[in-house]
Amino acid sequence: MSHAADVRISDPSAAQAAHPEANQAAPRLRDSFIELPARERARALLDAGSFRELLGPFDHIESPWLPLQGIVCQADDGCVIARGTIDGEPAVIAALESAFQGGSIGEVSGSKIAAALEMALRDCERGKRVRPVVLFETGGVRLQEANLGLAVIAEIQAAIVALRRHVPVVGVIAGMVGCFGGMSLAAALCSYLVVTKQARLGMNGPEVIEQEAGIEELDATDRRRVWQLIGGEQRVASALADQLVDDDSHAVRAAVRAAFTQGVPAAHRSEQVDTFLQRLARVDPASVTPETLRDVYNPPAHHATNGEQA
Amino acid sequence: MNDTTITRGARWFRALAGEPAGNGSVWSGDALLGGETARFITVVPDPANRFPRATTNVVGLEQGWRLARAVREAIDADADPSRAGGMRRPIVAIVDVKSQAYGYREEMLGIHLACAAAVDAYASARDAGHPVIALIVGPAMSGAFLAHGYQANRIVALDAPGTMVHAMGKEAAARVTRRTVEALDALGETIVPMSYSMASFAKLGLLDQLIDGVDADAPDAAQIERVRDVLIEQIRSARTGDRTLARRLESESARLTRAASIEVRRRLAEQWDAV
Repeated sequence: MSHAADVRISDPSAAQAAHPEANQAAPRLRDSFIELPARERARALLDAGSFRELLGPFDHIESPWLPLQGIVCQADDGCVIARGTIDGEPAVIAALESAFQGGSIGEVSGSKIAAALEMALRDCERGKRVRPVVLFETGGVRLQEANLGLAVIAEIQAAIVALRRHVPVVGVIAGMVGCFGGMSLAAALCSYLVVTKQARLGMNGPEVIEQEAGIEELDATDRRRVWQLIGGEQRVASALADQLVDDDSHAVRAAVRAAFTQGVPAAHRSEQVDTFLQRLARVDPASVTPETLRDVYNPPAHHATNGEQA
Repeated sequence: MNDTTITRGARWFRALAGEPAGNGSVWSGDALLGGETARFITVVPDPANRFPRATTNVVGLEQGWRLARAVREAIDADADPSRAGGMRRPIVAIVDVKSQAYGYREEMLGIHLACAAAVDAYASARDAGHPVIALIVGPAMSGAFLAHGYQANRIVALDAPGTMVHAMGKEAAARVTRRTVEALDALGETIVPMSYSMASFAKLGLLDQLIDGVDADAPDAAQIERVRDVLIEQIRSARTGDRTLARRLESESARLTRAASIEVRRRLAEQWDAV
């Protein structure tokens, strides 16, 4: 599997030929990014041949808590840390593997992300810029590790806030799990968020809302309503995410590279307190819909730039 | 709201900081603490909140953004180093939050970003040199605690019924993990991070002090004074330490229960630069 990924990336002209431009109708051949496991996702975003995994499966750092509950561990605890380069610049990618425990954050998987971001921060503080990318694919805290999951999410968040003063922190939500719970806050702290139409971003998953607030609040089986609420397209249209890309490795990679080219934003979204309090004040909770929200959060003048395809 | 139904967050805010300047879901105000001005912030029920899913002591859309504003006001007020001898005021987050708000509008309007804004503000305050202390007087649950308290330099808690830190309410966690509440409690006895008790939370190295002998619902003057003394001591301690969360991995309990967190960092650092 890694062989195919290498071939694809090592020859950009051939890749280009195989991948019609986005504006052409129904491209026949795509390299699906969503279908890739975490390790291959990280490889696909790094410059060809530069992928080097840290704390890989052979290091065998596993969850100390799952075996106590009769649950089989995975040798990488569902989180891949890879170093390499992006456009020739040093980079680190933290990629969550949704196939293991739904990408949930345990002590080890979460600490791997926090540690990678802390190391990137250390390098940045020493004048060595490292480009950090987080591939979110997670339901949030791993309930079998409850309080430690929550604790490491706080540590991930602290690292993102400290790091993004030096370098953009780029988040990607590709799908199909999406990004929920405490990790949705981590995603919101990123400098830029790249999403696909298959991505979902929300604090509380639809099932949790239905459970806590009742089916009249949200019917979690109403897929259309759920996607209109928290799907990638809506999040970009309402400027809660930055780039909507096709499920295509090249498109995701291009969007990530473009985000780093943009540099650190003047004000991160999570710093725009007055702007968002004013927007909230303009919303009528009784009548607001995903459609009308777009004009409040993303006034028409901004549509062109925020919705632009990479 | 009469005196018997007042929440702990409101009660402790009044005890430590006096009457809040405004009303609404987030109370914030400055008061003297150990001879200096400190900012106190808490989340209280707001029956008139425009968002019907956020009328109790939960962190919803307005709460998240208002927490961020209350913290950033303190950062801005002390941004000029010529003022107050360059000392940045302590920020005390009085924590009594039972959950984030669960609702359709909350998701639509980006409650994840509202809570992130609060995380951002507290983390930025800590990074700027404000001693940030979380004082847990009630539940400190899940995303609500992430937004209000978990970015603090120091975390202290009353050792009283009803104070707890957890990723999910007990009933919901039992449902999701297909266990009974009793089985969940039993599991917490052996698996420390699953426990709902404050003593177990302390074993994770995340708690700087458990304050016993204080009536969380009806503290007398001496008890309030004791809590104030703890805060003053923690502020002093925070000012001598670094501004990161690294301390959470340094205690004796962390070395035992968070060995994996420490090991991950040690080995990742070894492998960081290619040999």
